[in-house]
Amino acid sequence: MSGPVSYADVAQGAELPAATYPVTRLSLVKYCGASGDFNIIHWNERIARSVGLPNVIAHGMFTMAQAGRYVTDWAGDAGALVEFGVRFSAPVVVPDDDMGATIEVSGTVEEKLDGNRVVLGLTARCGGAKVLTRARAVVRLP
Amino acid sequence: MGINKDYLGRTFPATAPYEVSRVKIAEFAEAIGDPNPVFRDRAAAQAAGYPDVIAPPTFAIVVAMAASGKAVADPGLGLNYAMVVHGEQRFEYSRPLHAGDVVTAQSAISGIREVGSITMLTTETEIRTVDGEHVCTGISTLVERAEA
Repeated sequence: MSGPVSYADVAQGAELPAATYPVTRLSLVKYCGASGDFNIIHWNERIARSVGLPNVIAHGMFTMAQAGRYVTDWAGDAGALVEFGVRFSAPVVVPDDDMGATIEVSGTVEEKLDGNRVVLGLTARCGGAKVLTRARAVVRLP
Repeated sequence: MGINKDYLGRTFPATAPYEVSRVKIAEFAEAIGDPNPVFRDRAAAQAAGYPDVIAPPTFAIVVAMAASGKAVADPGLGLNYAMVVHGEQRFEYSRPLHAGDVVTAQSAISGIREVGSITMLTTETEIRTVDGEHVCTGISTLVERAEA
């Protein structure tokens, strides 16, 4: 992990390299336990289908956590976030196989603000669907 | 049975103090698959300028849900939790949570909207240390889908 990105080195409009993050049934079981969110649609396929979902789906907050990691890895400081917001636009469907699903996150430097703050616009996709929209992070850089 | 709009603006009691621990932070970081050492190694966190290991940004939801969960489960509100999905989430941070923080969370219902057959409920939860220092505000919108 290199040091933090400096505000002066960030160019408005720059596109950040995309990154992919795997999500399996095991990820969801772990996330249930770590977060305390045991909503049954995140671990029980029978119930998930019975309420009209295609299969078990990931916690929205799991997907948001991947977008958060994308931002903090880029910034080089895991405590750099000032604001972070997303809309959960489609579920991340996680099949019961060894591959699970893959979340792809990409981002753009939308704006440089005063106070060394930078606004990133983020996109997260899974299986061709946009799973996060209106995703935006503001980070404070040195 | 619709949602009770009288709940708009209602503030719920703050949670009991929650102590952020290194073990819980490490468990959460492992669950989201983030290997960053500042979530696990005190020396790495201190080298980055923090007093102890810090929590990943979305860890705040663990603390916030203890408060907002009570608000949305209030039987008088009339939300059918089985039909609820997470619609939107936003955080405003004063600083990252770190191990050793003792915080409380307090939720208010800041929005109730009905659009066609769906209901959108927004809660705003403030996380503060027991000394009153603001750490994070979480704004959650839940969407209650119509019964099939």
